[in-house]
Amino acid sequence: MSETPESKTVALFVTCLVDINRPSVAFAAIKLLEQAGCTIVVPDTQTCCGQPAYNSGDKKSTKAIAAAVIEAFKGFQYVVAPSGSCAGMISKHYPELFADDPTMLVAAEELAGRTYELVAFLSDVLNHQPAATALDASLTYHDSCSSLREMKVRDQPRALLASVDGLEIREAEDREACCGFGGTFCIKYSEISGSMVDKKVDNIAATKADILAAGDLGCLMNIAGRLQRRDEDMKVLHVAEVLAGMTDVPGLGEGER
Amino acid sequence: MQVTSRHFKDGAHEALQDKDIQTAFSKVKTGFSVARAARVEELPEFEDLRDTAVDIKNHVIENLDYYLEYFEDQVLLQGGKVHWCNSYAEARDAVLKICRDADAKTVTKGKSMITEEMALNDFLSENNIEPIETDLGEYIIQLAHEYPSHIIAPALHKTKEQVSDLFHVKHQEYGLTERQTDPQALVNEARSVLREKYVAADVGITGANFLIAETGSTVIVTNEGNGDLTQSLPKTHIAVASIEKIVPTLEDASTLMRLLARSATGQEMSVYTTFSTGPKRKDDIDGPANFHVILLDSGRSELIGTDKQDLLRCLKCGACMNHCPVYQAVGGHSYGWVYPGPIGAALNPQMVGLEEARHLPNASTFCGRCEEVCPVRIPLPKIMRHWREKSFETQVTPKPERWGIGLWAFFAKRPALYRLVTRCGAMALRLLAGKKGRLKSLPMMKGWTSVRDLPAPQGKTFMDQWKQQKRGNS
Repeated sequence: MSETPESKTVALFVTCLVDINRPSVAFAAIKLLEQAGCTIVVPDTQTCCGQPAYNSGDKKSTKAIAAAVIEAFKGFQYVVAPSGSCAGMISKHYPELFADDPTMLVAAEELAGRTYELVAFLSDVLNHQPAATALDASLTYHDSCSSLREMKVRDQPRALLASVDGLEIREAEDREACCGFGGTFCIKYSEISGSMVDKKVDNIAATKADILAAGDLGCLMNIAGRLQRRDEDMKVLHVAEVLAGMTDVPGLGEGER
Repeated sequence: MQVTSRHFKDGAHEALQDKDIQTAFSKVKTGFSVARAARVEELPEFEDLRDTAVDIKNHVIENLDYYLEYFEDQVLLQGGKVHWCNSYAEARDAVLKICRDADAKTVTKGKSMITEEMALNDFLSENNIEPIETDLGEYIIQLAHEYPSHIIAPALHKTKEQVSDLFHVKHQEYGLTERQTDPQALVNEARSVLREKYVAADVGITGANFLIAETGSTVIVTNEGNGDLTQSLPKTHIAVASIEKIVPTLEDASTLMRLLARSATGQEMSVYTTFSTGPKRKDDIDGPANFHVILLDSGRSELIGTDKQDLLRCLKCGACMNHCPVYQAVGGHSYGWVYPGPIGAALNPQMVGLEEARHLPNASTFCGRCEEVCPVRIPLPKIMRHWREKSFETQVTPKPERWGIGLWAFFAKRPALYRLVTRCGAMALRLLAGKKGRLKSLPMMKGWTSVRDLPAPQGKTFMDQWKQQKRGNS
């Protein structure tokens, strides 16, 4: 597609979990951004934002990975990720990471200034109303911690979801509590993580909604995995998939039908 | 006190299996957190107050020597005494000397975390002085020979039935033989026992929520009035405080107090706020004849000028633990030292050594709720991350973890190789999952699959599909 003078170029930060586990989220993000008139670029030197290393205390590796991300996304008008966690890593933590390296700090801050979480970008920057979609279902939205606290995403997804015709939103109790994912935390402290996700699933299941949606694949995989271990009947989707009207795909962890 | 942070995982496992503990800690949310949110809602200037509080505390920390000396001058002027102590041992000895001078047999205590750090009760007992905790929660755990599981609600982990049994056994010696079950009756029973102790006490020891430089006052807040009685009935009052408790003025203290109870228990103010300024004066009706302040450093000053300095702002309100999902899951004892929850995860490695406390800063999802509710905006996740980095650098982090991250980083830094590995990984997981779309078990991912299924990848990676699509288009 050609770029009109008004159109915005968006470089998509795919995120490692989306790339490997659920490519349909990236396609949904592209669909939404294109509907809003953006031109999409996917730099092919990207791998991951570096959080696994950062949260494990491996600062040296994190810096190397962050430098590669800064390089890969150099020059694009906007960088958008379908994840509050990865967007938060880039826009909040990269500048902290290079606090004692003046040259890299400038580049990190510059990238931070044009990096957005997908839904916040659609709402706050593009002021976008999604194309008329309809879905006769009920949905509960999980606030991922990074989206909520690092990227200030709270009302935007709810407002956009409210524009989906026929979709009823049901709020879960203690919706701002962590689901217990936490990257490597869920593996290293699996028992504690299990208790946390169980409480989350109790509250989510109590809504009796048809769909659970969130903006971060880490939380979604964690909650979906626990829902399914408990044989709860709920479809788990990324919010981008719902907004893009791509709800026919099997939910996370769902088999082929 | 004995440090058991090393056994965090075992403690967490036990707590997770204990139904009473799980019930007790699940109430933290509905009690403290909900009340805090309501009080914050009522106070539009809450966020501004937090900023002011941060400024007050930062200013004091940057001029700590000045304010401490100012404080000492004022205490002396009022007729009190100040004892400067670097270590727990020095502080314990200073307390003991004062107690000996007072010929003390019984000492009542208002709630104080710093004396928990010093393990003062054991020390006094060993020296034939009977310490009596007067905060109801603290009294309960003293009877049970335990230690606090929460800094403001120390017996939070105990059920009403456990307290009932405990009192029934321990209060026999006071002739109280009937087993009480009603909470009010239990409170009354404790009150009747403690009343005798207040009268008998030769020395009263309290902590201090604040030390006020301009007046030389110490301040303690309680909800039971026990701090008040502890420091005004006996002939001698000892206030034990760490050096960062200082604030310049009465007005500063009142600013911080507006945040303290709201953040801690969701009260506008604690029920009692007691200021102590020197010993009893000639015309005073009551008050202690001797007034001592123990000023304890115990490693605090080492934090100044480091990236952990923000920890010195802590008001010890407990809001971070009240909002921490990990604390609510594993309880306070799992943390293995005086301070549990996020503040413990950030502070304890400094106080007891990183090797011992390695688990604490790692056992967090970095959800950020602790920082969100901290009245003095301590960047708790950032300090936990600092410890993780320190662990990694100094090889306190176990080898398999370091190598695992190293291997992953090796690929993450090489996009072409990374594509190859992720392509194979995604396909392999997809095939293993088959038509079910998820995996019930996976040998390499036991940590994950022991509690939840693993949603399988959809198939080809996005990058592969995108590349193919672009090739198709061109």
